[in-house]
Amino acid sequence: MSGGRSPALRIARAQMRDVIRGRWFLAYLGFVILLTDGLSRFGGDPSRAMLSLMDVMLLVVPLVTIVFATMYFYQAREFVELLLSQPVRRRAVFSGLYLGLMVPLAGVWTLGVGIPLLIHGTAGGSERVTLGALILVGVALTLVFGALGLLVAVRTEDRLRGLGVALGVWLLTAVVYDGLVLLLVSTLANYPLERPMLGLMLANPVDLGRVLLLLRFDISALLGYTGAVFQQFFGGVRGAGIGAAALLLWICLPLMLAARSFTRKDF
Amino acid sequence: MIEVTGLTKAFGRLRVLDGVDLRIAPGRVTGIVGPNAVGKTTFLKLLVGLIHADAGRILVGGLPVSADGAYRDRIGYMPQISTFPERLSGRYCLELLKDLRGRGAETDEELIGQFGLEDQLTKPLRTLSGGTRQKVNAVMAFLFRPELILLDEPTSGLDPLSSSILKDKIARERERGRTIVVASHQMAELEEIADDVVVLLDRTVRFVGPIEQVKRGTHQVSLERAVAHLMIRGVAA
Repeated sequence: MSGGRSPALRIARAQMRDVIRGRWFLAYLGFVILLTDGLSRFGGDPSRAMLSLMDVMLLVVPLVTIVFATMYFYQAREFVELLLSQPVRRRAVFSGLYLGLMVPLAGVWTLGVGIPLLIHGTAGGSERVTLGALILVGVALTLVFGALGLLVAVRTEDRLRGLGVALGVWLLTAVVYDGLVLLLVSTLANYPLERPMLGLMLANPVDLGRVLLLLRFDISALLGYTGAVFQQFFGGVRGAGIGAAALLLWICLPLMLAARSFTRKDF
Repeated sequence: MIEVTGLTKAFGRLRVLDGVDLRIAPGRVTGIVGPNAVGKTTFLKLLVGLIHADAGRILVGGLPVSADGAYRDRIGYMPQISTFPERLSGRYCLELLKDLRGRGAETDEELIGQFGLEDQLTKPLRTLSGGTRQKVNAVMAFLFRPELILLDEPTSGLDPLSSSILKDKIARERERGRTIVVASHQMAELEEIADDVVVLLDRTVRFVGPIEQVKRGTHQVSLERAVAHLMIRGVAA
């Protein structure tokens, strides 16, 4: 075996090897390729196809990733014990597990979306930048929900409960949250809500992803209050920068919490 | 080899070990016995660092059990249950462990031949039976010729021949001066392979010493009877 030099990379390599041979992984890859291919054939003009892809992505990537990450940790539990009984630091094992899962899942999104769109020539000129943004946000959401999935699994001993919590997190961030925001907006229609709205957008990684992409599509005002507020306040580059920084925080914070719980956990 | 002082561990409200003091001598086979759920596995996991103590101190070969894990280079551990990544082969997992320890050449793979595992190691681990996985587990515990070998119910799930092979291996390693700690419910087996016994009862160590001594002290003919005797006295007390 000629893996990376650090224990974390060696563990990540082994996990990747295991993950990419799994049925669910292959099913996810197939789904993303078929979806992208279908939308670029029948989804109208390239911009519309990518918008549809964004809508599906904002639901599917968080769901698949958080469920996959949670179940993956539970299934790897005894193997993790074996790794932890070796002269390896716990943080190295944790990093190896996270990387070993994230690289394949982020790879599915990057290749599954990128290759069909490039083959169809859907993404030419300025649309390449949009495609890049679509892939980048998909990868970022994968990293966020992978970290959240590990956090849930490390902190919840019971598998079923862990899966329930993971689904709850997805439901809240990807489905319910927007409804609550809309409710708030319509209830408090007479108040200036711009600043609180910005806070609400930063507080949910899925909405953050949506805002970042809508800024690229340049039709944010038509597609909901969220994008409009962001565009109004920050315009292009600055909004994207702040959004990206917030997204980065959404990756790091759960990951640090999960790593801390992992190093303190009794196995 | 192992020095434990004031070791305490609770899971929520359940206190499993309470102020345990214990020394385990080097170069001997020591059995850990006691009623179900008394904390035998917990004790072994505390030694490996899989579980963190609430209080107390553990020294393994003079090194404290600590977060950086360097002391684990001296330990081989065979857990009671083992699941490996389903789609990897046993050989790949062995190579991964060698890679992690930075040791490839001087490993001990004699159990692979004795268990007849060569062909099995090339197959994905999910296709192997529970007993075969347990053998892979045993191979891993002895792989790096560790000074301290911790075995948790090592023969459960093994057929009589494999169980004999493993017990012979334990005896040979003892001859080589290694320290071996076996948690087991199989008293007859411990009588066969162990020199000393640690009896865990009511969150603490009730007896530690040679097997003959516990039998004499309780006026019993077998280890099983002797431990049962201590358990009954524990209940009466």
